[in-house]
Amino acid sequence: MADRYDIAVIGAGPAGANAALAGARYGKSTVLLDEQAQPGGQVWRAKDGSILSAPKTPDSEAGDALRVAVSQAQVKHVGDARVWQIERQKTGWDIHVFRDRQVETVSARALILATGAREFVQPIPGWTIPGVIGLAGATALFKQNLSLPGKRTVVAGTGPLVFFVASEIRRLGGEVGAVVTPNTRRDWMAALPAMLSRPDLLLRGARWIADLMLNRIPIHWGSAVTRVEGSTIVEGVRVQRLNRDWSPREGAQRIAADSLCLGNGLIPAIEAPQLAGLSISHHAALGGWVPEQGEDGATSIEGLFLCGDGAGIRGAAAAEIHGRLAGMKAAEFLGANTGMRRETLRPGYTRAARFGTAMTALSIPRPGLAELTTRETIVCRCESLSQAQIAKEIGSGATSTNAVKSGLRAGMGPCGGQYCQAVVARMIAAAQERDEADTPPPTPRPPLRPMPVAAMAGDFEYGDLPIPKPAPL
Amino acid sequence: MTDIYDIAVIGGGIMGCTTALRLAEGGMRPIVLDQGDLGQGASGVNAGTLSLQIKRVKLMPYALRGHHEWQAMGDAVGFKKTGGYTLAFTEREADLLHERQTLKAEAGAPITFVSNNHIRAAEPNLAQEVLSASYCSEDGHANASLTGQFFRGRLRDQGIQYGERCAVSAIDRGEVFGLATSRGQIRAQRVLMAAGAWLRPVAAMLDVDLPVNARINTVSVTERMPRLISTVIGHATGLLTMKQKADGTVLVGGGWQGRGTPQEGRGQVMAASVQPNLALAQYALPALAEARVLRSWTGFEASVPDFYPLAGALPGVEGAYVLGCVRGGYTIGPYIGKLMGDFILGREPELPLFDPGRDFNED
Repeated sequence: MADRYDIAVIGAGPAGANAALAGARYGKSTVLLDEQAQPGGQVWRAKDGSILSAPKTPDSEAGDALRVAVSQAQVKHVGDARVWQIERQKTGWDIHVFRDRQVETVSARALILATGAREFVQPIPGWTIPGVIGLAGATALFKQNLSLPGKRTVVAGTGPLVFFVASEIRRLGGEVGAVVTPNTRRDWMAALPAMLSRPDLLLRGARWIADLMLNRIPIHWGSAVTRVEGSTIVEGVRVQRLNRDWSPREGAQRIAADSLCLGNGLIPAIEAPQLAGLSISHHAALGGWVPEQGEDGATSIEGLFLCGDGAGIRGAAAAEIHGRLAGMKAAEFLGANTGMRRETLRPGYTRAARFGTAMTALSIPRPGLAELTTRETIVCRCESLSQAQIAKEIGSGATSTNAVKSGLRAGMGPCGGQYCQAVVARMIAAAQERDEADTPPPTPRPPLRPMPVAAMAGDFEYGDLPIPKPAPL
Repeated sequence: MTDIYDIAVIGGGIMGCTTALRLAEGGMRPIVLDQGDLGQGASGVNAGTLSLQIKRVKLMPYALRGHHEWQAMGDAVGFKKTGGYTLAFTEREADLLHERQTLKAEAGAPITFVSNNHIRAAEPNLAQEVLSASYCSEDGHANASLTGQFFRGRLRDQGIQYGERCAVSAIDRGEVFGLATSRGQIRAQRVLMAAGAWLRPVAAMLDVDLPVNARINTVSVTERMPRLISTVIGHATGLLTMKQKADGTVLVGGGWQGRGTPQEGRGQVMAASVQPNLALAQYALPALAEARVLRSWTGFEASVPDFYPLAGALPGVEGAYVLGCVRGGYTIGPYIGKLMGDFILGREPELPLFDPGRDFNED
């Protein structure tokens, strides 16, 4: 693999894979790097190899089509590859990859980042009990392994994902105890005009909800799970109605369950763009902090392009077209003429993005949801830090995410702050009465994922280590 | 802010904060300003090594006293006096080790040379290839991540004002110093520049050219590991520092170079540098092979061409002072800050300072 390519794409979801296909279509040598074994990303995740046949779904069909397209194109797909560092060089990019227990470097003239998103979960008491998983994590279980989170599951959270997860659990033979969502029917009605920009997707969502209603699955609109009961296993959840700002109202009901799927929207995964040198800005409507970007995935840095949810949460349908646009834009940078073709794609992108951002708007937490995180609730899972400990650190003058990280280790564990940083930033912003846009996430550090020392060290002879001259005496 | 402070300290690292604390103790009313958070520059991102074995010979008296300052700060900064070994793997390194550590021992560091049996008993997980080693009982480490938290607390306790994310963009020299900051104008009778690797642009605001360069040192940390080492481990060339913190994480440094300049923000970790740094660490401690690196980062270490500190009056500008470029600044910072405070208060410092107006090409 250690060759030099015209285009390297990081991330093989709908955005990245389509970017690679678009680049290859213009004759550019293209490498597609991804953590998973097969293309598809989170949304079109491939089935585990042990599953020989399974009923088709729209996602599995889209994923299969993409996998066929990548395999037939002049795209070098490199799966099971973890990118750990990105370095801009004089004429292009060095991408440092961990694969097959070794590190290697891929070089390319143009780099397209399609690193997707991760899930935001507002911590609630008991959310660390085994049996609680993210909504997005649940979809990975379904898509890859056809497995379920438990026997009787409560599905809770914002946006469309709760309905998808609930209907998938039922399709795979599980029991849904209830669907609990802070969104109201009125919220959804308000989103309808935007959703009409993609009637196909609207219809798909309507079917999930109809299935739940026809089967008398309770849907708790305008509500949230505010506590998980149990100590070593989930025994049930407590549900409370919410105010307009999503702060909980008095009065709760209990629902028995052995598992909970919980999620509150997606956050763009911006660490790779940041390591590549892009600055970030806050756009709540796109899921929070997003890298600076221009049209068709262009950026302010020469030879660097962005696409998909990592550039702002607009959903899979938009990501697919955004990827093609960014792939063409990269090909244009390398001398191809793609202007006309991109122009014809843009209206479709705009429609899909309109639908996607409407879904994002439904998904992003309102300020009152933060009240679900009680003083005792664990916020930083890696270091077992409670909300009260973090609040105390903020109260003692740590008024940036970097300061809280340094003082308390919140975000220094193996997850690299993926779980806690958005919560910490919102706590600081609230305590300081300043905007979230003035409270950026901590400085990103490589490696992008934990890296074995043995792989970083590689095979070496002691005498060959490039030990520089010692410091002056 | 119409108040006139006795002194504005530009740079809220160890040196700026320690000086401010000393000045407040002496009756002055300082304000500390930092472009970022307190203690998040070199003071907060270095590897936390407190080792006399890697200090410059002429700075040894300062380093010894610096160790005592850290010891006094204690748990609040994660101070641990563990002792430390410096390793040589080849004949050449053994010669280098012997030559350098002998001079440092003569300068007052309690450094001894130890037998291979001794080191195998003390640190059984170290590589069998160790040819020769020195030991210093004074060595240890502190947790640089806690620098900001510690000094923020100390400034608050003493009622010293500070401004974080409060960059100084211009200094006006009138009756008093007028500092243009991101939070409005701040006026002070004196200024102390303690801005680390950013000293050059800050001094340029008063038309003084300080020949400050920055090294871009890389540090890495692993996930928690079972107990592998109990002391600070170094290398004859100085290009490895390694210690295991109380929580089990292993910190690897040694001054391997990243890329970037202080003006462009944080420096960049370079694969070509962090990989041999980790290889050297793994060579010294083979069990490290199984650990996973969670983070690597860089910090800017400021220096002038003779690699001695800037500590004294800013040449040609009355009422302006500069403190920085101290090789081993994490160790020496809390002590030299006190000396600087005494100097500004008009007291005789316990040890001599380092004239920023000297000719840097002489040693």
